Amino acid sequence: MKDFSMFDIVGPNMIGPSSSHTAGACRIGKVAYKISGGDIKKVTFLLHGSFGKTYKGHGTDKAILGGILGFDPDDEKIKFSFDLAKKQGLDFEFIEEDLGDVHPNTAKVLIEKFDGSKIEILGSSIGGGSIVVTEINGLELEFTGEYVTLIIAHTDRPGVIAKVSAILAEYAINIAFMRVYRHNRGQNAFMIIETDDMISDEAVKSVINTENIANAYLVSIK
Amino acid sequence: MNFSKGHELLDLCKEHNKKIYEIMIEREKIISGTTEEEIKAAMRESLEIMKASVNKGLTENIKSVSGLIGGAAKKLEDRREKVRQPVCGSIMSKAISRSMAVLEVNAAMGKIVAAPTAGSSGIIPGTLITLAEEFNIDDERLIEGLITASAVGMIISKNATVAGAEGGCQAETGSAAAMAAAVTVELMGGSPEASLHAAAMCIKNILGLVCDPIAGLVESPCENRNALGAANALISAEIALAGVTSLIPFDEVVDTMYKVGRSLPMELRETALGGLADTPTGRRLKEEIFGNKKESR
Repeated sequence: MKDFSMFDIVGPNMIGPSSSHTAGACRIGKVAYKISGGDIKKVTFLLHGSFGKTYKGHGTDKAILGGILGFDPDDEKIKFSFDLAKKQGLDFEFIEEDLGDVHPNTAKVLIEKFDGSKIEILGSSIGGGSIVVTEINGLELEFTGEYVTLIIAHTDRPGVIAKVSAILAEYAINIAFMRVYRHNRGQNAFMIIETDDMISDEAVKSVINTENIANAYLVSIK
Repeated sequence: MNFSKGHELLDLCKEHNKKIYEIMIEREKIISGTTEEEIKAAMRESLEIMKASVNKGLTENIKSVSGLIGGAAKKLEDRREKVRQPVCGSIMSKAISRSMAVLEVNAAMGKIVAAPTAGSSGIIPGTLITLAEEFNIDDERLIEGLITASAVGMIISKNATVAGAEGGCQAETGSAAAMAAAVTVELMGGSPEASLHAAAMCIKNILGLVCDPIAGLVESPCENRNALGAANALISAEIALAGVTSLIPFDEVVDTMYKVGRSLPMELRETALGGLADTPTGRRLKEEIFGNKKESR
Protein backbone atom coordinates (compact mmCIF):
# COMPACT_ATOMS: atom_id res chain seq x y z
CA MET A 1 0.00 0.00 0.00
CA LYS A 2 1.05 3.58 -0.70
CA ASP A 3 2.23 5.52 2.35
CA PHE A 4 -0.23 8.17 3.55
CA SER A 5 -0.06 11.58 1.95
CA MET A 6 -1.10 14.51 4.16
CA PHE A 7 -4.02 14.92 1.74
CA ASP A 8 -5.29 11.44 2.59
CA ILE A 9 -5.69 12.71 6.16
CA VAL A 10 -6.88 16.28 5.58
CA GLY A 11 -8.94 15.29 2.58
CA PRO A 12 -10.37 14.25 0.27
CA ASN A 13 -12.18 17.41 -0.71
CA MET A 14 -15.64 16.07 -1.39
CA ILE A 15 -19.37 16.47 -1.56
CA GLY A 16 -20.94 15.03 1.60
CA PRO A 17 -22.21 13.28 3.49
CA SER A 18 -20.10 10.12 3.46
CA SER A 19 -16.69 9.34 1.98
CA SER A 20 -17.67 5.70 1.38
CA HIS A 21 -21.33 6.17 0.41
CA THR A 22 -20.98 9.42 -1.55
CA ALA A 23 -17.38 10.12 -2.67
CA GLY A 24 -16.59 6.44 -3.32
CA ALA A 25 -19.91 5.94 -5.12
CA CYS A 26 -19.13 8.89 -7.38
CA ARG A 27 -15.74 7.37 -8.21
CA ILE A 28 -17.32 4.03 -9.16
CA GLY A 29 -19.65 5.95 -11.50
CA LYS A 30 -16.77 7.95 -12.93
CA VAL A 31 -14.69 4.84 -13.68
CA ALA A 32 -17.72 3.28 -15.39
CA TYR A 33 -18.15 6.47 -17.41
CA LYS A 34 -14.48 6.46 -18.46
CA ILE A 35 -14.58 2.80 -19.44
CA SER A 36 -17.79 3.29 -21.44
CA GLY A 37 -16.28 6.20 -23.34
CA GLY A 38 -19.52 8.23 -23.06
CA ASP A 39 -22.56 8.25 -25.40
CA ILE A 40 -24.62 6.51 -22.72
CA LYS A 41 -28.32 5.93 -23.40
CA LYS A 42 -29.32 4.14 -20.24
CA VAL A 43 -27.66 3.21 -16.99
CA THR A 44 -28.92 0.84 -14.32
CA PHE A 45 -27.31 0.72 -10.90
CA LEU A 46 -27.63 -2.47 -8.87
CA LEU A 47 -26.91 -1.42 -5.29
CA HIS A 48 -25.78 -4.06 -2.83
CA GLY A 49 -25.63 -4.24 0.97
CA SER A 50 -25.34 -0.92 2.76
CA PHE A 51 -25.44 0.87 -0.62
CA GLY A 52 -28.81 -0.72 -1.31
CA LYS A 53 -30.21 -0.11 2.16
CA THR A 54 -29.15 3.52 2.67
CA TYR A 55 -28.57 5.04 -0.76
CA LYS A 56 -31.30 7.65 -0.47
CA GLY A 57 -30.12 9.13 2.81
CA HIS A 58 -26.47 9.19 1.75
CA GLY A 59 -27.08 10.57 -1.72
CA THR A 60 -25.32 7.48 -3.11
CA ASP A 61 -27.76 7.59 -6.03
CA LYS A 62 -26.97 11.21 -6.92
CA ALA A 63 -23.24 10.63 -6.50
CA ILE A 64 -22.93 7.49 -8.60
CA LEU A 65 -25.09 9.04 -11.33
CA GLY A 66 -22.89 12.17 -11.06
CA GLY A 67 -19.91 9.95 -11.76
CA ILE A 68 -21.63 8.65 -14.89
CA LEU A 69 -22.02 12.31 -15.94
CA GLY A 70 -18.24 12.66 -15.56
CA PHE A 71 -18.23 14.54 -12.24
CA ASP A 72 -15.46 14.21 -9.65
CA PRO A 73 -16.34 13.59 -5.97
CA ASP A 74 -15.86 17.30 -5.14
CA ASP A 75 -18.14 18.61 -7.91
CA GLU A 76 -21.07 20.60 -6.49
CA LYS A 77 -23.19 19.59 -9.49
CA ILE A 78 -23.54 16.10 -7.89
CA LYS A 79 -26.46 17.38 -5.85
CA PHE A 80 -28.35 18.13 -9.08
CA SER A 81 -27.28 15.05 -11.05
CA PHE A 82 -30.86 13.69 -11.45
CA ASP A 83 -31.99 16.86 -13.23
CA LEU A 84 -28.77 17.15 -15.23
CA ALA A 85 -29.07 13.54 -16.42
CA LYS A 86 -32.72 14.08 -17.43
CA LYS A 87 -31.72 17.19 -19.37
CA GLN A 88 -29.17 15.11 -21.31
CA GLY A 89 -31.82 12.49 -22.06
CA LEU A 90 -29.99 9.89 -20.01
CA ASP A 91 -32.22 7.14 -18.60
CA PHE A 92 -31.30 5.89 -15.15
CA GLU A 93 -32.59 3.43 -12.61
CA PHE A 94 -31.58 2.29 -9.13
CA ILE A 95 -32.33 -1.22 -7.91
CA GLU A 96 -31.50 -2.70 -4.53
CA GLU A 97 -30.00 -6.11 -5.25
CA ASP A 98 -28.07 -8.86 -3.49
CA LEU A 99 -24.88 -9.23 -5.53
CA GLY A 100 -23.63 -12.16 -3.47
CA ASP A 101 -20.38 -12.45 -1.56
CA VAL A 102 -19.02 -8.95 -2.18
CA HIS A 103 -18.02 -5.90 -0.06
CA PRO A 104 -21.04 -4.32 1.73
CA ASN A 105 -20.71 -1.14 -0.33
CA THR A 106 -20.81 -2.53 -3.83
CA ALA A 107 -22.54 -1.45 -7.03
CA LYS A 108 -22.93 -3.08 -10.41
CA VAL A 109 -23.24 -0.50 -13.18
CA LEU A 110 -25.04 -1.66 -16.33
CA ILE A 111 -24.49 0.71 -19.21
CA GLU A 112 -26.33 0.72 -22.53
CA LYS A 113 -24.83 2.96 -25.18
CA PHE A 114 -26.53 4.64 -28.13
CA ASP A 115 -24.67 2.31 -30.51
CA GLY A 116 -26.35 -0.67 -28.79
CA SER A 117 -23.22 -1.91 -27.01
CA LYS A 118 -23.42 -2.85 -23.34
CA ILE A 119 -20.89 -2.59 -20.55
CA GLU A 120 -21.02 -4.01 -17.01
CA ILE A 121 -18.78 -2.84 -14.20
CA LEU A 122 -18.64 -4.11 -10.62
CA GLY A 123 -17.03 -1.82 -8.06
CA SER A 124 -16.80 -1.51 -4.27
CA SER A 125 -16.30 1.54 -2.08
CA ILE A 126 -13.79 0.35 0.50
CA GLY A 127 -13.54 3.35 2.84
CA GLY A 128 -12.29 6.94 2.88
CA GLY A 129 -13.49 7.45 -0.71
CA SER A 130 -11.21 4.71 -2.07
CA ILE A 131 -12.66 2.18 -4.47
CA VAL A 132 -11.75 -1.08 -6.12
CA VAL A 133 -13.14 -2.27 -9.44
CA THR A 134 -13.40 -6.05 -9.47
CA GLU A 135 -15.18 -6.94 -12.71
CA ILE A 136 -15.58 -5.56 -16.22
CA ASN A 137 -18.02 -7.37 -18.55
CA GLY A 138 -17.98 -10.45 -16.35
CA LEU A 139 -14.18 -10.70 -16.30
CA GLU A 140 -12.72 -10.67 -12.79
CA LEU A 141 -9.86 -8.22 -12.33
CA GLU A 142 -8.76 -5.62 -9.80
CA PHE A 143 -7.71 -1.98 -9.84
CA THR A 144 -8.27 1.03 -7.59
CA GLY A 145 -7.83 4.08 -9.79
CA GLU A 146 -5.38 5.52 -7.21
CA TYR A 147 -2.75 5.58 -9.95
CA VAL A 148 -3.09 6.64 -13.56
CA THR A 149 -4.61 3.44 -14.93
CA LEU A 150 -4.64 2.22 -18.50
CA ILE A 151 -7.15 -0.54 -19.16
CA ILE A 152 -6.52 -2.40 -22.37
CA ALA A 153 -8.90 -4.88 -24.00
CA HIS A 154 -6.91 -7.20 -26.23
CA THR A 155 -6.79 -10.67 -27.73
CA ASP A 156 -4.56 -13.12 -25.88
CA ARG A 157 -1.64 -13.49 -28.33
CA PRO A 158 2.15 -13.72 -27.81
CA GLY A 159 3.93 -10.36 -27.96
CA VAL A 160 0.97 -8.04 -27.26
CA ILE A 161 2.19 -7.18 -23.76
CA ALA A 162 5.72 -6.49 -25.04
CA LYS A 163 4.37 -4.11 -27.68
CA VAL A 164 2.37 -2.16 -25.11
CA SER A 165 5.27 -1.87 -22.68
CA ALA A 166 7.51 -0.73 -25.55
CA ILE A 167 5.07 2.08 -26.40
CA LEU A 168 4.94 3.21 -22.77
CA ALA A 169 8.76 3.13 -22.59
CA GLU A 170 8.91 5.26 -25.73
CA TYR A 171 6.82 7.93 -23.95
CA ALA A 172 9.02 7.64 -20.81
CA ILE A 173 6.11 6.33 -18.73
CA ASN A 174 7.08 4.27 -15.69
CA ILE A 175 4.87 1.26 -14.97
CA ALA A 176 4.18 0.89 -11.24
CA PHE A 177 1.95 -2.22 -11.44
CA MET A 178 0.75 -4.40 -14.27
CA ARG A 179 -1.68 -7.32 -14.37
CA VAL A 180 -3.15 -9.42 -17.17
CA TYR A 181 -6.50 -11.21 -17.12
CA ARG A 182 -8.20 -13.41 -19.69
CA HIS A 183 -11.24 -15.62 -20.18
CA ASN A 184 -9.36 -18.46 -21.88
CA ARG A 185 -6.16 -18.94 -23.87
CA GLY A 186 -6.28 -17.04 -27.15
CA GLN A 187 -9.53 -15.27 -26.25
CA ASN A 188 -10.54 -11.83 -24.97
CA ALA A 189 -8.21 -10.46 -22.32
CA PHE A 190 -7.56 -7.31 -20.30
CA MET A 191 -4.37 -5.61 -19.22
CA ILE A 192 -4.45 -3.26 -16.24
CA ILE A 193 -1.43 -0.99 -16.18
CA GLU A 194 -0.93 1.48 -13.33
CA THR A 195 1.72 4.13 -13.92
CA ASP A 196 3.57 6.84 -12.04
CA ASP A 197 3.34 9.27 -14.96
CA MET A 198 0.41 10.78 -16.83
CA ILE A 199 -0.31 9.01 -20.13
CA SER A 200 -0.93 11.32 -23.09
CA ASP A 201 -3.82 10.83 -25.55
CA GLU A 202 -1.19 10.28 -28.21
CA ALA A 203 0.29 7.35 -26.26
CA VAL A 204 -3.19 5.86 -25.72
CA LYS A 205 -3.91 6.18 -29.47
CA SER A 206 -0.64 4.49 -30.26
CA VAL A 207 -1.65 1.58 -27.99
CA ILE A 208 -5.12 1.33 -29.61
CA ASN A 209 -3.54 1.17 -33.08
CA THR A 210 -1.48 -1.87 -32.11
CA GLU A 211 -2.36 -5.26 -33.60
CA ASN A 212 -4.60 -7.48 -31.40
CA ILE A 213 -5.67 -4.55 -29.25
CA ALA A 214 -9.40 -3.86 -29.35
CA ASN A 215 -9.47 -0.77 -27.15
CA ALA A 216 -7.74 1.16 -24.39
CA TYR A 217 -9.24 3.42 -21.75
CA LEU A 218 -7.42 5.82 -19.49
CA VAL A 219 -8.87 5.97 -16.00
CA SER A 220 -7.55 8.37 -13.44
CA ILE A 221 -9.82 9.44 -10.64
CA LYS A 222 -7.43 11.38 -8.40
CA MET B 1 12.21 12.02 7.31
CA ASN B 2 9.37 9.51 7.81
CA PHE B 3 7.68 8.70 11.11
CA SER B 4 4.92 6.44 12.40
CA LYS B 5 4.81 7.32 16.09
CA GLY B 6 4.37 10.51 18.04
CA HIS B 7 7.70 10.10 19.81
CA GLU B 8 9.46 9.72 16.44
CA LEU B 9 7.86 12.94 15.24
CA LEU B 10 9.00 14.76 18.39
CA ASP B 11 12.55 13.38 17.95
CA LEU B 12 12.61 14.71 14.38
CA CYS B 13 11.35 18.12 15.56
CA LYS B 14 14.11 18.24 18.17
CA GLU B 15 16.86 16.91 15.91
CA HIS B 16 16.16 19.40 13.11
CA ASN B 17 14.88 22.19 15.35
CA LYS B 18 11.67 22.34 13.32
CA LYS B 19 7.96 22.55 13.98
CA ILE B 20 5.58 19.67 13.28
CA TYR B 21 4.34 21.14 10.00
CA GLU B 22 7.91 21.65 8.75
CA ILE B 23 8.73 17.98 9.32
CA MET B 24 5.46 16.96 7.63
CA ILE B 25 6.25 19.13 4.57
CA GLU B 26 9.71 17.54 4.23
CA ARG B 27 8.11 14.10 4.43
CA GLU B 28 5.43 14.96 1.85
CA LYS B 29 8.04 16.29 -0.58
CA ILE B 30 9.77 12.90 -0.52
CA ILE B 31 6.75 10.60 -0.71
CA SER B 32 4.78 12.57 -3.32
CA GLY B 33 7.60 14.17 -5.30
CA THR B 34 6.06 17.65 -5.00
CA THR B 35 7.46 21.02 -3.95
CA GLU B 36 6.63 22.98 -0.80
CA GLU B 37 4.82 25.56 -2.97
CA GLU B 38 2.61 22.89 -4.55
CA ILE B 39 1.85 21.34 -1.17
CA LYS B 40 0.87 24.68 0.34
CA ALA B 41 -1.20 25.63 -2.72
CA ALA B 42 -3.17 22.38 -2.42
CA MET B 43 -3.68 22.94 1.30
CA ARG B 44 -4.81 26.52 0.57
CA GLU B 45 -7.55 25.02 -1.59
CA SER B 46 -8.62 22.82 1.34
CA LEU B 47 -8.66 25.87 3.62
CA GLU B 48 -10.83 27.79 1.15
CA ILE B 49 -13.33 24.90 1.02
CA MET B 50 -13.37 24.84 4.84
CA LYS B 51 -14.05 28.58 5.02
CA ALA B 52 -16.79 28.40 2.41
CA SER B 53 -18.47 25.48 4.21
CA VAL B 54 -18.47 27.36 7.53
CA ASN B 55 -19.90 30.43 5.87
CA LYS B 56 -22.58 28.47 4.02
CA GLY B 57 -23.68 26.63 7.16
CA LEU B 58 -23.95 29.84 9.18
CA THR B 59 -25.83 31.90 6.63
CA GLU B 60 -27.94 29.65 4.41
CA ASN B 61 -31.04 27.67 5.29
CA ILE B 62 -29.52 24.22 5.31
CA LYS B 63 -31.62 21.06 5.26
CA SER B 64 -29.98 17.65 5.24
CA VAL B 65 -30.85 15.08 2.55
CA SER B 66 -33.01 13.09 4.99
CA GLY B 67 -34.42 16.19 6.67
CA LEU B 68 -33.19 15.09 10.11
CA ILE B 69 -30.90 18.09 10.67
CA GLY B 70 -30.31 21.61 9.41
CA GLY B 71 -30.43 25.16 10.69
CA ALA B 72 -28.90 24.50 14.13
CA ALA B 73 -25.63 26.30 13.40
CA LYS B 74 -27.55 29.36 12.27
CA LYS B 75 -29.63 29.30 15.45
CA LEU B 76 -26.48 29.25 17.57
CA GLU B 77 -24.98 32.10 15.61
CA ASP B 78 -28.19 34.14 15.98
CA ARG B 79 -28.25 33.52 19.74
CA ARG B 80 -24.61 34.47 20.16
CA GLU B 81 -25.20 37.73 18.34
CA LYS B 82 -28.35 38.43 20.33
CA VAL B 83 -27.23 37.65 23.87
CA ARG B 84 -23.67 38.91 23.33
CA GLN B 85 -22.49 36.76 26.22
CA PRO B 86 -23.09 33.10 25.44
CA VAL B 87 -22.96 30.77 28.42
CA CYS B 88 -19.70 29.17 27.31
CA GLY B 89 -18.05 32.36 26.13
CA SER B 90 -17.52 33.78 22.68
CA ILE B 91 -14.67 31.55 21.47
CA MET B 92 -16.31 28.30 22.54
CA SER B 93 -19.67 29.41 21.18
CA LYS B 94 -18.13 30.25 17.81
CA ALA B 95 -16.18 26.99 17.64
CA ILE B 96 -19.39 25.07 18.35
CA SER B 97 -21.52 26.84 15.73
CA ARG B 98 -18.80 26.75 13.08
CA SER B 99 -18.14 23.03 13.50
CA MET B 100 -21.89 22.32 13.34
CA ALA B 101 -22.18 24.51 10.25
CA VAL B 102 -19.74 22.31 8.33
CA LEU B 103 -21.43 19.09 9.42
CA GLU B 104 -24.78 20.46 8.21
CA VAL B 105 -23.31 21.41 4.84
CA ASN B 106 -21.89 17.89 4.62
CA ALA B 107 -25.28 16.34 5.40
CA ALA B 108 -26.90 18.53 2.73
CA MET B 109 -24.54 17.25 0.00
CA GLY B 110 -22.42 20.38 0.11
CA LYS B 111 -18.67 20.57 -0.40
CA ILE B 112 -16.41 19.85 2.57
CA VAL B 113 -12.94 18.59 3.38
CA ALA B 114 -12.95 15.20 5.10
CA ALA B 115 -10.68 15.92 8.08
CA PRO B 116 -9.98 13.17 8.78
CA THR B 117 -13.47 11.90 7.82
CA ALA B 118 -16.67 13.44 6.49
CA GLY B 119 -18.44 12.59 9.76
CA SER B 120 -15.89 14.60 11.74
CA SER B 121 -15.39 17.28 9.09
CA GLY B 122 -16.64 20.16 11.28
CA ILE B 123 -14.12 19.98 14.10
CA ILE B 124 -10.92 21.25 12.47
CA PRO B 125 -12.48 24.11 10.46
CA GLY B 126 -14.73 25.01 13.40
CA THR B 127 -11.75 25.33 15.72
CA LEU B 128 -9.24 26.90 13.33
CA ILE B 129 -11.53 29.45 11.74
CA THR B 130 -12.69 30.55 15.19
CA LEU B 131 -9.08 31.01 16.31
CA ALA B 132 -8.33 32.95 13.13
CA GLU B 133 -11.24 35.31 13.83
CA GLU B 134 -10.48 35.78 17.53
CA PHE B 135 -6.67 35.99 17.39
CA ASN B 136 -6.16 37.47 13.94
CA ILE B 137 -4.33 34.51 12.46
CA ASP B 138 -3.50 34.75 8.76
CA ASP B 139 -4.09 32.09 6.10
CA GLU B 140 -0.42 31.12 5.83
CA ARG B 141 -0.40 30.05 9.48
CA LEU B 142 -3.74 28.27 9.11
CA ILE B 143 -2.31 26.30 6.16
CA GLU B 144 0.68 25.35 8.33
CA GLY B 145 -1.85 24.39 11.00
CA LEU B 146 -3.72 22.06 8.64
CA ILE B 147 -0.41 20.41 7.82
CA THR B 148 0.31 19.92 11.54
CA ALA B 149 -3.19 18.46 11.89
CA SER B 150 -2.44 16.00 9.09
CA ALA B 151 0.70 14.80 10.91
CA VAL B 152 -1.28 13.96 14.04
CA GLY B 153 -4.05 12.32 12.00
CA MET B 154 -1.52 10.29 10.08
CA ILE B 155 0.00 8.86 13.27
CA ILE B 156 -3.49 7.86 14.42
CA SER B 157 -4.31 6.33 11.01
CA LYS B 158 -1.08 4.32 11.03
CA ASN B 159 -1.40 3.00 14.59
CA ALA B 160 -5.15 2.92 15.13
CA THR B 161 -8.05 4.05 12.93
CA VAL B 162 -10.07 7.16 12.16
CA ALA B 163 -13.08 5.18 10.91
CA GLY B 164 -16.23 4.98 13.02
CA ALA B 165 -16.99 1.55 11.55
CA GLU B 166 -13.74 0.26 13.03
CA GLY B 167 -13.27 2.25 16.22
CA GLY B 168 -16.52 4.05 17.04
CA CYS B 169 -17.04 7.80 17.37
CA GLN B 170 -13.94 8.11 19.56
CA ALA B 171 -11.92 7.19 16.46
CA GLU B 172 -13.62 9.75 14.23
CA THR B 173 -14.44 12.83 16.27
CA GLY B 174 -11.74 11.93 18.81
CA SER B 175 -9.08 11.96 16.11
CA ALA B 176 -10.36 15.18 14.58
CA ALA B 177 -10.36 16.82 18.02
CA ALA B 178 -6.83 15.57 18.71
CA MET B 179 -5.68 17.04 15.40
CA ALA B 180 -7.41 20.37 16.11
CA ALA B 181 -5.99 20.51 19.64
CA ALA B 182 -2.43 19.99 18.40
CA VAL B 183 -2.87 22.86 15.93
CA THR B 184 -4.44 25.12 18.55
CA VAL B 185 -1.41 24.61 20.81
CA GLU B 186 0.95 25.35 17.92
CA LEU B 187 -0.93 28.50 16.84
CA MET B 188 -0.88 29.77 20.44
CA GLY B 189 2.89 29.33 20.65
CA GLY B 190 3.11 25.94 22.38
CA SER B 191 5.81 23.35 21.73
CA PRO B 192 5.46 20.17 19.61
CA GLU B 193 5.48 18.20 22.90
CA ALA B 194 2.59 20.28 24.23
CA SER B 195 0.72 19.72 20.94
CA LEU B 196 0.86 15.96 21.40
CA HIS B 197 -0.08 16.23 25.08
CA ALA B 198 -3.19 18.13 23.99
CA ALA B 199 -3.91 15.51 21.32
CA ALA B 200 -3.57 12.74 23.90
CA MET B 201 -5.93 14.52 26.30
CA CYS B 202 -8.59 14.88 23.59
CA ILE B 203 -8.68 11.16 22.92
CA LYS B 204 -8.59 10.32 26.63
CA ASN B 205 -11.55 12.64 27.23
CA ILE B 206 -13.86 10.74 24.90
CA LEU B 207 -12.36 7.26 25.07
CA GLY B 208 -15.06 4.68 24.37
CA LEU B 209 -17.53 7.01 22.66
CA VAL B 210 -19.75 4.86 20.43
CA CYS B 211 -20.82 5.47 16.83
CA ASP B 212 -24.61 5.11 16.72
CA PRO B 213 -25.93 7.30 13.89
CA ILE B 214 -29.69 7.50 13.56
CA ALA B 215 -30.79 5.70 10.39
CA GLY B 216 -27.09 5.15 9.67
CA LEU B 217 -26.77 8.70 8.40
CA VAL B 218 -23.93 11.13 9.11
CA GLU B 219 -26.31 13.57 10.80
CA SER B 220 -27.45 12.91 14.35
CA PRO B 221 -25.87 12.65 16.91
CA CYS B 222 -22.85 13.42 14.68
CA GLU B 223 -23.57 17.12 14.47
CA ASN B 224 -23.51 17.72 18.23
CA ARG B 225 -20.50 15.44 18.59
CA ASN B 226 -18.65 17.69 16.18
CA ALA B 227 -19.49 20.58 18.50
CA LEU B 228 -18.19 18.47 21.38
CA GLY B 229 -15.03 17.74 19.40
CA ALA B 230 -14.31 21.42 18.84
CA ALA B 231 -14.88 22.12 22.54
CA ASN B 232 -12.71 19.14 23.48
CA ALA B 233 -9.91 20.53 21.30
CA LEU B 234 -10.06 23.95 22.98
CA ILE B 235 -10.26 22.47 26.50
CA SER B 236 -7.30 20.14 25.89
CA ALA B 237 -5.22 22.86 24.23
CA GLU B 238 -5.84 25.23 27.13
CA ILE B 239 -4.75 22.58 29.62
CA ALA B 240 -1.61 21.70 27.63
CA LEU B 241 -0.71 25.36 27.05
CA ALA B 242 -0.72 25.83 30.84
CA GLY B 243 2.12 23.31 30.96
CA VAL B 244 0.01 20.40 32.15
CA THR B 245 1.08 17.12 30.57
CA SER B 246 -0.81 13.93 29.80
CA LEU B 247 0.15 11.23 32.29
CA ILE B 248 -0.24 8.60 29.56
CA PRO B 249 1.83 9.52 26.48
CA PHE B 250 0.15 10.19 23.12
CA ASP B 251 1.34 6.97 21.45
CA GLU B 252 -0.01 4.81 24.28
CA VAL B 253 -3.31 6.68 24.19
CA VAL B 254 -3.61 6.05 20.44
CA ASP B 255 -2.94 2.33 20.91
CA THR B 256 -5.52 2.25 23.69
CA MET B 257 -8.11 4.01 21.57
CA TYR B 258 -7.66 1.31 18.94
CA LYS B 259 -7.98 -1.51 21.47
CA VAL B 260 -11.08 0.04 23.01
CA GLY B 261 -12.56 0.53 19.53
CA ARG B 262 -12.03 -3.08 18.56
CA SER B 263 -13.65 -4.23 21.79
CA LEU B 264 -16.83 -2.23 21.10
CA PRO B 265 -19.63 -4.51 19.95
CA MET B 266 -20.42 -4.35 16.24
CA GLU B 267 -23.79 -2.73 17.08
CA LEU B 268 -21.96 0.38 18.30
CA ARG B 269 -19.64 0.82 15.32
CA GLU B 270 -21.59 2.70 12.65
CA THR B 271 -23.98 -0.14 11.87
CA ALA B 272 -26.94 1.82 13.28
CA LEU B 273 -28.03 -1.31 15.17
CA GLY B 274 -27.36 0.00 18.68
CA GLY B 275 -27.20 3.10 20.84
CA LEU B 276 -29.37 6.06 19.84
CA ALA B 277 -30.09 4.46 16.46
CA ASP B 278 -31.84 1.59 18.24
CA THR B 279 -34.21 3.70 20.33
CA PRO B 280 -37.96 3.71 19.51
CA THR B 281 -37.58 7.18 18.01
CA GLY B 282 -34.40 6.25 16.16
CA ARG B 283 -36.09 3.22 14.61
CA ARG B 284 -39.17 5.23 13.65
CA LEU B 285 -37.07 7.92 11.93
CA LYS B 286 -35.20 5.24 10.00
CA GLU B 287 -38.50 3.74 8.82
CA GLU B 288 -39.74 7.15 7.72
CA ILE B 289 -36.58 7.86 5.70
CA PHE B 290 -36.03 4.47 4.08
CA GLY B 291 -39.59 3.19 3.82
CA ASN B 292 -39.67 3.05 0.01
CA LYS B 293 -36.89 1.04 -1.64
CA LYS B 294 -37.03 1.36 -5.40
CA GLU B 295 -36.89 4.51 -7.43
CA SER B 296 -36.44 5.23 -11.09
CA ARG B 297 -36.99 7.96 -13.56
